[in-house]
Amino acid sequence: METKKTSLYQLHQDCNAKFVEFAGYQMPIQYSEGIVEEHKFTRNHSGIFDVSHMGQLFIYGGEDLIKDLEKIFPLDLKNLKLNHSKYSFLMDKDAGIHDDLIITKTNEGFLIILNAACKDNDFKILKELLEEKYKMVLDENRSLIAIQGPKSSEILNDVVNGVKDLNFMSGNWFTFENQKVYITRSGYTGEDGFEISIANDFVNQLTRELINKGSKLIGLGARDTLRLEAGLCLYGHDLDKDKTPVEANLKWAISKERISKGDFIGSDIIIKQLNDGVSKIRVGIKPEGRIIAREKTKIFNQSDVHIGEITSGTFGPSVNGPVAMGYVENEFSKKNTKVFLEVRGKKHPASICSLPFYKKSYVKGVN
Amino acid sequence: MSEVKYSKEHEWIKLDGDVATIGITKHATEMLGDIVFAELPEKGSSVEKDGTAGVVESTKAASDVYTPVSGEVVDTNQAIVDDPSKINQDPEDSAWFFKLKIKDPSEMDTLMNKDDYDKFAKETSA
Repeated sequence: METKKTSLYQLHQDCNAKFVEFAGYQMPIQYSEGIVEEHKFTRNHSGIFDVSHMGQLFIYGGEDLIKDLEKIFPLDLKNLKLNHSKYSFLMDKDAGIHDDLIITKTNEGFLIILNAACKDNDFKILKELLEEKYKMVLDENRSLIAIQGPKSSEILNDVVNGVKDLNFMSGNWFTFENQKVYITRSGYTGEDGFEISIANDFVNQLTRELINKGSKLIGLGARDTLRLEAGLCLYGHDLDKDKTPVEANLKWAISKERISKGDFIGSDIIIKQLNDGVSKIRVGIKPEGRIIAREKTKIFNQSDVHIGEITSGTFGPSVNGPVAMGYVENEFSKKNTKVFLEVRGKKHPASICSLPFYKKSYVKGVN
Repeated sequence: MSEVKYSKEHEWIKLDGDVATIGITKHATEMLGDIVFAELPEKGSSVEKDGTAGVVESTKAASDVYTPVSGEVVDTNQAIVDDPSKINQDPEDSAWFFKLKIKDPSEMDTLMNKDDYDKFAKETSA
């Protein structure tokens, strides 16, 4: 299969991007300044991420759709306010995670942002579960860009007036060049920021205007170091079909209201795990010194017993040291528990720590 | 001091008497991206030509560092362990990796000169 290109491909090339193939797309991993500088620029200023490879699924419907989606997602969608977003998961009957996603209630139904590598399969699963009762569009005609970092609100508001008044995890329709754009205050970096859904034909102009106002394009490399410092999961690494939201330590994302009813896919397992506990759980892991423990690194306890595995690990430029997360047996998941990480045949000391590694700075009370 | 030679694994080596200074090339650092971790061989240890003699890691991945000749490690550059970003800044001079008392000077003859290495680097990265 030929690799796809996003509408910003030429702009990435003009900005000296290095490309990698990711989920069937040619995506920029970094630009000339490199991952560390791009990461820091996002934390201190404002970075633009092309995430057009991600799925934008529009599902059209009213009250019936809400009821049907509540059978799928562990969310109180009925009471979700218009234009508000929630983080959730598409699960199988064993509560294994098919994908993690952001779902937003719109005036016409719901917008669901899906991972690039999962979107086609998600679409198939949802179409089956919803028995083709609703119009569903996995929109390839729209691009998705994120602008993240402390200066982003000011910069984006100069180009799309009014966005600065959005609260975290809420969105709305705005206009840019007479085009309807859907903007949410959200992101994947631990910084204040926005995600913008815009027609492919207009994404270049919008992105160039944001660059002219002082923002910079940032590659997927820095996106990964930013999200890991923020303690956010990456599907296919920290989450997959063999892990449940409870094991992933994401029970905060499951609606208590819905648990009391227990009528969504995977609810039996979720309720059981919430009551009885889990055998393995996702934790933050801070290696001592500078050693980097990457995905699949084995974790041992102080008696040299294998107790888990790293699922994401890298160097965190803002932390200025190595950061990782992974799954360990529940009894070793307490903060400050000493563990050992096997890197290139040697065991290196580390400790279990709370997430995030880098304090989030989301904007909550604008209105 | 002899001319600088280069290996296919993107190390440079400069011989001064029977002590060689070894590091990684500017081209290698450009391929790796931001280097955030460096591990060096132990002083006093022996290394064999083309064997691993260290590790560098970028934010993306880990890569082995090989020694282009055999010998005994007589010195290592702690400065690049303490601040690996120095390797990106000055790879072919102050950010050297280790010094070897070389075993067999004829191993130097198997390595490339600057022109050949530049050509090789260009071809292999294309």
